[in-house]
Amino acid sequence: MGLTQPEGEAGTEVSSMSPNWVTTRLDALANWSRANSLWPMPFGTACCAIEFMATAASRYDLARFGMERMSFSPRQADVLICAGRLPFKLAPVIRKVWDQMMQPKWAISMGACASSGGIFDTYTMVQGIDTIIPVDVYVPGCPPRPEGLIYGIQLLQKKIKGESFLDPDLRQEHMVGPEGLFLPARKIDEVSEPFGNSVHQTRSA
Amino acid sequence: MGEATVSPSVAALRTRFGGAILRHQVSCGDTIVYVPAARAHEILAWLKDDPGQRFNYLTDITAVEYRDAERPLEVVWQLRSLARKADLRLKVELDKTAPLVVDSVFDLWKGADWLEREVFDMFGISFTGHPDLRRILMWETYAEGFPLRKDFPLRGHFSRAEQTRQALAANPEAHYSLEELSIAAAYDELPADMKDRLAHGERGRVK
Amino acid sequence: MSTRTLEVSLGTATLDPLGNVITAPLGVQLPAYPAPQDDLGGEHMLINIGPQHPATHGVLRLVVELDGETVIRVVPHIGYLHSGFEKLGEYRHYNQIIPLTDRTDYLSPMANNVCLALAAEKLMGITITERCAVLRVIACEMSRIISHIVWLGTTGIDLGAFTPFLWSFYQRERIYNLQEAWTGARLTTSMTRIGGLMADIPDGFETGLRDFCRTFPKVLQEVDTMFTRNAIWCGRTQGVGPLSAEDAINYSLSGPMLRASGVDYDVRKDRPYLGYETYDFDVPVGEHGDIYDRYRVRLEEMTQSTRILEQALDRLERLRGAPINVADPRLILPPKSRAMSDMEAMIFHFKQVMEGVRAPVGEAYLGVENPKGELGYYFVSDGSAKPVRWRIRPPSFLNLAVLPKLCEGVLLSDVIAINASIDIVMGEIDR
Repeated sequence: MGLTQPEGEAGTEVSSMSPNWVTTRLDALANWSRANSLWPMPFGTACCAIEFMATAASRYDLARFGMERMSFSPRQADVLICAGRLPFKLAPVIRKVWDQMMQPKWAISMGACASSGGIFDTYTMVQGIDTIIPVDVYVPGCPPRPEGLIYGIQLLQKKIKGESFLDPDLRQEHMVGPEGLFLPARKIDEVSEPFGNSVHQTRSA
Repeated sequence: MGEATVSPSVAALRTRFGGAILRHQVSCGDTIVYVPAARAHEILAWLKDDPGQRFNYLTDITAVEYRDAERPLEVVWQLRSLARKADLRLKVELDKTAPLVVDSVFDLWKGADWLEREVFDMFGISFTGHPDLRRILMWETYAEGFPLRKDFPLRGHFSRAEQTRQALAANPEAHYSLEELSIAAAYDELPADMKDRLAHGERGRVK
Repeated sequence: MSTRTLEVSLGTATLDPLGNVITAPLGVQLPAYPAPQDDLGGEHMLINIGPQHPATHGVLRLVVELDGETVIRVVPHIGYLHSGFEKLGEYRHYNQIIPLTDRTDYLSPMANNVCLALAAEKLMGITITERCAVLRVIACEMSRIISHIVWLGTTGIDLGAFTPFLWSFYQRERIYNLQEAWTGARLTTSMTRIGGLMADIPDGFETGLRDFCRTFPKVLQEVDTMFTRNAIWCGRTQGVGPLSAEDAINYSLSGPMLRASGVDYDVRKDRPYLGYETYDFDVPVGEHGDIYDRYRVRLEEMTQSTRILEQALDRLERLRGAPINVADPRLILPPKSRAMSDMEAMIFHFKQVMEGVRAPVGEAYLGVENPKGELGYYFVSDGSAKPVRWRIRPPSFLNLAVLPKLCEGVLLSDVIAINASIDIVMGEIDR
């Protein structure tokens, strides 16, 4: 499902198969098995990683949701959970880890810092990991409570269950572009601009 | 907190070094001594080794830049004598128009290693005699400047897109070669062009 | 031996300048062997551990030069979590810096909050109330326990013992319940304010904490039974990564790392704050400075923390109803009801929120005994509401710098064990 049309073909969009009872049953089976056995790749950097550990520990127990085995090797992982703030020095690392993961793969951005830079609107901080990798679910919080993370994981499971293998955009790899950026430069600057109260917080004294 | 008491080390320093002790002050109970940059290493060594002082523990090395642009940069050493349970703070003022250089105290306290690297990284102050002075918190080829300087804006000089581009372009494995590991031990034996590259902040490449 | 000679004579193999055999399929012309200086020499292997790795305790990168399984050199690379805290502190009022401190050493957030409040109070010359001091001692010791629990659990995992992680993390959840009841947050507590605290302890807190103090020693006893005389644990930790007392002092180590090497230096005893000189507790000091001694020191520190907590709770009973904030309206926000009705209170509220509390011109350094070591905050003030310089003296930063020295000549798995024993938290190292 990651195949693209070869160059030079006519541009008519004719799907090779129409959705029918068979395909929806196959979808349901594949999605159900994927959603309930997500192996997380814990890309834990800071405080959210501690809450992630607490979620995986016995009180909140992520293993109930199929996340029994933490996979620290990206080759064997399904979902990358970026738990914590991401400085620019770590950006090529998460990009490389994401590229090393094999389809099907999803990403959860856990916490305010991973989602938008959080309280760190500084020279070092990536203002949201969605400027580096594609993100499926954002879990707000600083840090999000374990229940919040579990809700985020359940949202991801819901999203997975809504997928269909007939969707041609489904398993596309979104690589870093030729000018060295994942999102267009204008977009990165736009989402990184401070807004609201943050506008006043870059003044010293 | 009680009355501001000057540390007895000040009198001992003045007896030993005389005019090299520029001035001292007490702030919030802590004694601060100002010394010239050229004598800093000598004075710190004496404070460490003299039997009456025995400041054997280096608590911290840092630097301060004031908002008032005319005030010089200060390099600060926090010293502690574990046996005498005494503290002392030593400062050197560096003129911002001159090269920012001061002697390293790595030969006195090994703890100065990373502390001085961080001061170099954040302020651009070089420490002569340090075995391996390179950036520690930012990546070695970081081009935006020295972050804790007051002329460095909070969000950095470059735009977010440019920062992202530079970050993604930095190969995480580029600083993963024998050259880097050998620098501390065998700097003199490196070829001239590599030394030149290192002097410009470039680090080794993986093949 | 004979295989090698045969391969060479058949012409299917050649020898490289170092004498190793290079084989090629029949008929293939081997290219000229690259000059030795382009290659590592074939003896030492370079491996990269991290920055994304389960056993580095955060985003630490270790580049290890190995001769077989033996380590020749370890070079730690840090900075992968550098967030610009010190720069950010120059753009925040003193009270606004308190939430930042939660995120540096996020394993013991309340202890950092307390250190910051104490440093700012030293700068401003403020004396806190007695009840505030006792509550801050409770906060610090609770933080010590939870930080050491994380260390215990994760070190156990690194050395292959997974179960104590689950046992001890459950105890951590009990402390988190108490923290959440007090401050509203499990981890990012921001519980102190300059001159006092964000809030007094709620009902049920004292009972909950007493209950914890009563049952926690049993868990420590279980962990002790599991590890202390365990042959595998002792084999992996005794004699591994030892550090002498002179070296520990010279490398500016602090906390359990320093005390395990035999140096009896604890900021709570040598430079007491919050009335620690009036509490009855012991400071465990090790002998060899190996991983085993550090383990024993931290385990015992948790027991001593429980002792301090019980004494603090006894004092709280005597101080029931006492104020937690200094009675200075310029410093402490008035209660909302008064701020809405009384003009003066509204003005004080306005000035504190919009301008912040101004500190006098000066500077102050304050060190406290954090679980990781001596945490110091150094403030330089020019008379405004935002500091000119906020320096965090991070204990883990200095403790980690000794890793290359400890890892000379050990096996690769010992590097992981030694790294675990240093008890680092990257948020504090990189700030």
